[in-house]
Amino acid sequence: MAALTPLLETVALTRTFGGLRAVSAVDFRLTQGEIRAIIGPNGAGKTTLVSMICGRIRPSSGRIVFRGRDITGLPAHARVRLGIVYTFQVISVFGRLSVYENVALAAQRRLMRGPLDRRALHGRAVAARVEAVLDEVGLRVATGVPAASLPYGHQRLLEIAMALALQPSVLVLDEPTQGLAAGEVAALGALLRRIAREATVLLIEHNMQVVLDLSRRVTVMDRGRIIAEGTPREIETNPEVQRVYLGL
Amino acid sequence: MSSRPLGAGEVRRPVVALHLAILGALLGAQFVVPPFQRSLLARIMVLGAYAAGYNVLFGYTGLMSLGHAMFFAAGMYATGLLVYYAGAGAGAAFAVGLLASVALSILIGLLTLRTSGVAFLIATMMFAQVFYLTLLYFNRVTGGDQGLILAGRLPPLHLGSLRVPFADPAVKYNIALAVFAAGFLLSLGLVRSPAGRVLIAVRENEERTRMLGYNTFAYKLFALALSGGLSGMAGSAYTLLFSYLGASFASILFSIYPLLWTLLGGAGTTIGPLVGAGVMTYIVDLASSVTDSYLIVVGVALVLIVMRFPAGIVGAIRARWAPWLP
Repeated sequence: MAALTPLLETVALTRTFGGLRAVSAVDFRLTQGEIRAIIGPNGAGKTTLVSMICGRIRPSSGRIVFRGRDITGLPAHARVRLGIVYTFQVISVFGRLSVYENVALAAQRRLMRGPLDRRALHGRAVAARVEAVLDEVGLRVATGVPAASLPYGHQRLLEIAMALALQPSVLVLDEPTQGLAAGEVAALGALLRRIAREATVLLIEHNMQVVLDLSRRVTVMDRGRIIAEGTPREIETNPEVQRVYLGL
Repeated sequence: MSSRPLGAGEVRRPVVALHLAILGALLGAQFVVPPFQRSLLARIMVLGAYAAGYNVLFGYTGLMSLGHAMFFAAGMYATGLLVYYAGAGAGAAFAVGLLASVALSILIGLLTLRTSGVAFLIATMMFAQVFYLTLLYFNRVTGGDQGLILAGRLPPLHLGSLRVPFADPAVKYNIALAVFAAGFLLSLGLVRSPAGRVLIAVRENEERTRMLGYNTFAYKLFALALSGGLSGMAGSAYTLLFSYLGASFASILFSIYPLLWTLLGGAGTTIGPLVGAGVMTYIVDLASSVTDSYLIVVGVALVLIVMRFPAGIVGAIRARWAPWLP
């Protein structure tokens, strides 16, 4: 049963900042093809956990295994090449570069074999990929515009377009709906559902409606630990989760 | 700004044509300008190559170094000492100068690229000072402050059956032009290559670039090796063309110059470094014919220009009229 072997797994993953255990011996498993939400109060360690998975932060101890391979020591850029792709919580596009170039940088990374590959940025293969991705997120009309001049919601879509151009096998989204209007949240939900047909999606999310709508399983963190995991319905009725969230 | 990223052919042709036209104008200039101007132009072109090298790291990759004089001087001394002591031919000495500066840049890069921003600036400055003081310490070999004069020691270049003496002003000018063209066209090629776009991305947002799967350290090291190599090439050519090498070319002032030229002409533009080196050389030339304290005049002129055009001369032109300039 290949579907049940985890695509990505953390074993006793721990990160301390000074005296603070931001993430404490977390065993986390992600199965191929799922949409998984991580929820929890501020400071629960969600961003630290996914940052270790992506390689932005080194763990203090513990291991990360991806497709059966230990990637704990692998630098972030090498993990991207394996298909673990991160989108930033604070929007982080190349503001002075055009929308096209933002996505092309990602597409080029996917298509380039080496740093001196002669495939030009505007080469046909890159362009085709950029256009396909911009079509998918609905930003095709804005290709020549500097990214910083896009409205906030569109910059968020651009972030996702950049991630898509990398053809992720695990797409990690850190609070993707933050700051979006209601209509934009719905559109983003539909987009994520389409993305999930080809990629495994891991998202940190505060908007419970989005979590309940999208995810098949939900992981709840509090004070650096996983305190519950299950279907959205199980989580909603879990007394421990209610205690953490409602202080009951 | 065009909303069509494709049809690249239409956008590209004027860029290449413009760069070739600039080289063509420099080629033609030697038949029109008076001898003194021709010699000045030769110097500007060699310094322009140095500035173009500096610009690869500063303008396109976003790393401000204050130690490039050591790369310039590495090329200059590797070439000059070989000619002076070993009687090496110009071609071999030039090749060694180029290799020495690339090797030194890679070494310095491995040590300093762990830092960025002000720390990188200070680290590069520190290594350059060590290099400078080493040249002074071994003054019996290097000539120290006084330097060494190569005149008479450099055998003429043989091109087939043709004997080409370096002292001939026409030879000097065209070798300077070739050196400049190499730096100029290499930067143009770089900017338009996939690797060049990654360097620009590093400049704009290194963390984001890393999270797009690029090994940004390797890209920065590549940029430094290319930048240092072009600087060394200029240093090597300088000593061959002007028959002189001296420790002053390794001093901090000679690390500041390419920064000023690049800022003045336009950081992150292919044409800016030449324009900056040219304008500044002419300002120095004019000012020193009027007063002994010409550096003050230069300083005031620089402050005015940078206040008026913070993006540099070519940067301002790009912002106002020609957004397609690379």
